[in-house]
Amino acid sequence: MRLLPFGDAGVLVEVADLDMVLGLHAAVEAARLEGVVDLVAAARTLLVRIDPERTTIATVMGTLRTLRPLPSAPGRADAVEVPVVYDGDDLAAVGDATGLGIRGVVEAHTTQTWTVAFAGFAPGFGYLVGEDDRLQVPRRTDPRTRVPAGAVGLADRFTGVYPRASPGGWQLIGRTEVSVWDHDRDPPALFRPGMQVRFVAVGAAVAE
Amino acid sequence: MSAHLEVLATGPLTTVQDLGRFGHNAWGVTTSGAADRGALRLANRLVGNPEGTAALEVTLGGLVVRARGDLEVATAGARCPARVDGVEVGHNAPVRLPDGAMLELGPPAAGLRTYLAVRGGIAVPPVLGSRSTDVLAGLGPAVPRAGDVLPVGTAVGGRGAVDLAPRPDPSAGEVLLRVRLGPRHDWFTQRSRSWLVSTTWTVTADSNRVGVRLDGPPLERARHVELPTEGMAPGALQVPPAGCPVLFLTDHPVTGGYPVIAVVLAADLDLAGQLRPGQTVRFRRAPTTV
Repeated sequence: MRLLPFGDAGVLVEVADLDMVLGLHAAVEAARLEGVVDLVAAARTLLVRIDPERTTIATVMGTLRTLRPLPSAPGRADAVEVPVVYDGDDLAAVGDATGLGIRGVVEAHTTQTWTVAFAGFAPGFGYLVGEDDRLQVPRRTDPRTRVPAGAVGLADRFTGVYPRASPGGWQLIGRTEVSVWDHDRDPPALFRPGMQVRFVAVGAAVAE
Repeated sequence: MSAHLEVLATGPLTTVQDLGRFGHNAWGVTTSGAADRGALRLANRLVGNPEGTAALEVTLGGLVVRARGDLEVATAGARCPARVDGVEVGHNAPVRLPDGAMLELGPPAAGLRTYLAVRGGIAVPPVLGSRSTDVLAGLGPAVPRAGDVLPVGTAVGGRGAVDLAPRPDPSAGEVLLRVRLGPRHDWFTQRSRSWLVSTTWTVTADSNRVGVRLDGPPLERARHVELPTEGMAPGALQVPPAGCPVLFLTDHPVTGGYPVIAVVLAADLDLAGQLRPGQTVRFRRAPTTV
C-alpha cells in the first residue's frame, strides 16, 4: 500500500488490485474518520478527500496505515439485465484488436457476468469488470467530442454505459435504451458497486 | 405573497450555487458548488444567511434582476459596477432591494465570478442535498434564463452584523498559486517538473467551471503507459496527452485517466476560481510538511 499526498486536501492510496480497493473503501467508510468528506474508489486507488480545516493529510495518513481492508461483499442478490444493440462505431476495430471478430466480441460481452466495481467520470457511469480479459482494449487515442447517451463502451478491462451525451474516449461497441442515471429516481444510479450485470444482445429497434 | 427574484438578463452564465454536495463521489457525482467559496460565504454573511446558503454565481457580470417583495442582497467576489434603479450601490456590503427595484451588474474589471446572495437564499429545490448546478454533469437546478422567477426562502436568524466587509478584489494581473507536487509527478520528465513551477501559464478561452485550461510549454511524460483511472479533486493539475495542464475546478469529473503532476493547495482554490481567459498564472511549490 502506497500513500501519495494529493495536494493538502487528499490522500491517494495505491494498492495491488481492485479487490483491495473495495476492501479498503469498506474499511475507511467503517472507520468514519474525522474530517474525511468523500471517497473515490477506482481501479487500483482510493482517493480519500479531507476538509483541511478539520484534519490534516498527515493525521489521515497515519490512520490509513493502521487500517486493514475489510472483505468486500460483491455479487449479492442485486442483478440487472441490460439489452444492447451491438452496432457501435468501434465494434469492428475491437474485433480486430482482440482477434475475436465482431461476433466474438458480442459473444464475450454477453456471456460473462460483469460486476460494478466503482463509478466515476460522470454521475451513474459505472466501471464494470468482467470474469476474464478477452475484451481488454485501450481507450481511443483520439477521444470523441460527443458520445450519445446509452452508448456501451470498452476501455482497459472495463465496460460501461454513457449516462448522457458527453465527450468520451471509450471504444464503442453498442447502445442501450436503459437509463443508467436518473436523478429523480431513488437511487439515481442503476449500477451500484457490487451489483452484477448481464448484457443481452437485441436487434435494432424497428421504426414505427 | 412570498418573495421572488425575477431574472431579466443573465450575462454569459449565471448559475445557482451553494457549497456543493458531498458523499456522492461513489456514484460518480462531483462536489460542484461555488468556484470561489470564500466569496459565497462572505455574500451570505453580509445578508445574515448561513454561509452555505444558495446564491447566484454570475460569470463576467451582465445579470439583471427585479425584486418581487422587499429583499436584501449583497455581492462579493469579482467587483461588478452595480446599480439599483440606476443608483450605484456597494460591493461586499448589504443592499436593500425594495419590491419592484431592479439590480444591474456590469462587467467586472478583474476576476470572473460574482456572488449575489439574497437574504433567505435562492430556494429552488435541492438535488442530492445541494442547490448547486454541476455544468459538466447537468445535475442540479436548471441554469436560470431571462424570464425565470426564482423563489427566495425565509430568512433564518438575525440580520447580518456587518455593513462592509473588507476583502481583497481578485487580481487582474499575474496570479501565484501554491502547489504540492504529485501524486504522479514521477510520470513527467525532470525538465517538465521544473517548467511547471518556472514558466508563466496563460488561461485559455475554453476554461469553465470544470477546469481552467492553461497554455504554455507542453509537459513531457517520462512514462508512456496508460494510467489506470483514478480519483480527481479540485485543484488537480491533470495533464492530457497534448501536455497542457487543466486545473480542475469545482465541476471536475470524479475520476480521470491522465496523470496529475501537482495539486493546488485548498486555500488557493478561490483564487483559481476567479481566473479569466488571457490572465497569466505561476505555480510555486509549497513547503512540504508531511
